[in-house]
Amino acid sequence: MNSTQPAWDRDTVLGIIDALKHKPGALMPILHGIQDSIGYVPPDSVPLMAEALNLSRAEVHGTITFYHHFRTTPPGRHKLEICRAEACQAMGANRLVAHARKTLGVDFHETTADGAISLEAVYCLGNCACSPAVMVDGELLGSVSQESFDELVGTLRSQP
Amino acid sequence: MTIKVYIPRDSASISLGADKVARAIAFEAARRGATIELVRNGSRGMFWLEPMVEVSTPEGRVAYGPVKPDDVAELFEADFLYGGQHHLNLGLTEDIPYFAKQQRLTFARVGITDPVSIDDYLAHDGYRGLANALKMTPADIVEEVTTSGLRGRGGAAFPTGIKWRTVLGAQADQKYIVCNADEGDSGTFSDRMIMEGDPLVLIEGMTIAGLAVGATMGYIYLRSEYPYAEVALNEAIAAANARGYLGDDILGSGKTFHLEVRRGAGAYVCGEETSLLESLEGKRGMVRFKPPLPALEGLFGKPTVVNNVISLASVPIILDQGGANYQEYGVGRSRGTLPFQLAGNIKYGGLVEAAFGLSIRELLYDFGGGSRTGRPIRAVQIGGPLGAYVPESQFDLPLDYEELGKNDAMLGHGGLVVFDDTVDMAQMARFGMEFCAIESCGKCTPCRIGSTRGVEVIDRMVEGKDRPKQVILLRELCDTMLSGSLCALGGMAPFPVLSALNHFPEDFGLAEPADKAA
Ligand SMILES: Cc1cc2nc3c(=O)[nH]c(=O)nc-3n(C[C@H](O)[C@H](O)[C@H](O)COP(=O)(O)O)c2cc1C
Ligand code: SF4
Ligand code: FES
Repeated sequence: MNSTQPAWDRDTVLGIIDALKHKPGALMPILHGIQDSIGYVPPDSVPLMAEALNLSRAEVHGTITFYHHFRTTPPGRHKLEICRAEACQAMGANRLVAHARKTLGVDFHETTADGAISLEAVYCLGNCACSPAVMVDGELLGSVSQESFDELVGTLRSQP
Repeated sequence: MTIKVYIPRDSASISLGADKVARAIAFEAARRGATIELVRNGSRGMFWLEPMVEVSTPEGRVAYGPVKPDDVAELFEADFLYGGQHHLNLGLTEDIPYFAKQQRLTFARVGITDPVSIDDYLAHDGYRGLANALKMTPADIVEEVTTSGLRGRGGAAFPTGIKWRTVLGAQADQKYIVCNADEGDSGTFSDRMIMEGDPLVLIEGMTIAGLAVGATMGYIYLRSEYPYAEVALNEAIAAANARGYLGDDILGSGKTFHLEVRRGAGAYVCGEETSLLESLEGKRGMVRFKPPLPALEGLFGKPTVVNNVISLASVPIILDQGGANYQEYGVGRSRGTLPFQLAGNIKYGGLVEAAFGLSIRELLYDFGGGSRTGRPIRAVQIGGPLGAYVPESQFDLPLDYEELGKNDAMLGHGGLVVFDDTVDMAQMARFGMEFCAIESCGKCTPCRIGSTRGVEVIDRMVEGKDRPKQVILLRELCDTMLSGSLCALGGMAPFPVLSALNHFPEDFGLAEPADKAA
């Protein structure tokens, strides 16, 4: 086992695998279950899934890496996703993205130095009549300006 | 008397503050001792008016919007519970021209009912299609859908009845209904609005599909970007199960249909039906070769109907009012209605359900009111990231599958993304290639590698490095992608790129129309 990886609760993960492994095509629900519960899919959990589902580790690893949504490192305290797709671009999403990169001091798939915010890109949140759109910890926001973005970041930084 | 007050639970409305307004109204009503019943409905789809609050009055529902939490006390002062005058009073909701001009069939209940209430659904003609279907033979159900002329609303416009007939005819111990709720196209949100605003109509449509082809299990493959839809769907499925509309013995008929929501994980290509099936099986979303067709060997190798949300949600009204009635709407081979979606830089953005055949211009100006920034509209991308950019000179084209196709454009899932004259079309073309590179499943070289090369060629063009040669290169690259790709991601990514180049050569630093310059 890789000792540089942060500790995660093995029993929680085993519990999730056990509860879902009987489902047809169980791997995706299990991966979601793990990430919903502990924020990411620890690489060390791959053998547990492989064994329970009778798959090779390579198959499990291959599935995890295919999807943009799954992450294999712990996220910051908050997940901030900015829509980069066309309708949001038509309303200035690229300027919002540049502003976010500059003020947060990180690029996409990175976490701010204080551990508060992980910045992610998404391609459409289904809020294209209220662009630019942003999602924060699963909560959708619309017509986001640089000012409302700064306010939001301030709130997130002050929250645990 | 208890007064019904409606505030959407639709996520776009919530993104503009609907939850806060709902709390403020509940608080203010309690403080004033007013007895109200707060219903969290779907959105009517007029997003510039959201959060839009409606109250029922003897004359009909009166709308107020856009309401901010700070407006709430004032609304109570103005007697809004009885339709009182206030500057946010929009009159009777159904008289608002944007809404009144529509032909709502699939969206008949969205914004009207409580999305997860079976009783409300029944009170508004819900489950009449299923009641009819339960009295019909599977072949007759398929025939009714064929008669309606319904074609797949996911983009490819394949006749739904023919797909169902193939699955009905397949012999197997297990068949599946899979709903494609991946809605990855930018500028589209009609699937989301149905799932959040009237999930029971999708459940009813899937149940009818199950009866029609002999499938007892259904999956809704829902993109992970739609958490609010997941909640609404699961609440509605639980309600349907509790009342016997789903389960082992549907309404005592002896027929079985079970339904489960499965979440995607942020991959555009998983909207492609075979990639979606791989994903449902727990694998990487690699596109499969066809044949075999999913209709014969689909999920877990079994015969499977894969249909878009809107296709399935249009089935109940077809079974209720008859296929002949549905096909009276529309033009040419595009029958029925389509929920069009106005998005991007548009003043009145939202959902417009109308019969096929209205023009792009009518949608953009009569409904949409022009750009939100007030500047001239320069280009509209129709049909998602694989759809062409349409210039002003083509705005009189009718919205119809064949007519757009003849003009190298496509209707797809019916989303229109509007850009004003500040748009840089070379950058949009570059993004088209970049998006293809990010989302490629990696199976074919033209798509996986070609898209990255495409980004580089456009960059060189914009920098002015030997432009005529780059134009030739870009066109050759697009040809290779068009002919050498397994699925439409690589096969259609050239459409937005070429349309940008052909209609807006000046943005690429080319003086003349690009084909001449080359
Ligand atoms: C790259 C790609 C993405 C697609 N995305 C979607 C989607 O998000 N939703 C959808 O319904 N169909 C999508 N499709 C079309 C599906 O492959 C398929 O045609 C559709 O689900 C069939 O259902 P329908 O006949 O009811 O439209 C996509 C196709 C491709 C090639
Ligand atoms: S065209 Fe692209 S997305 Fe489609 S199968 Fe080929 S590599 Fe995969
Ligand atoms: S394009 Fe940004 S929400 Fe759809």
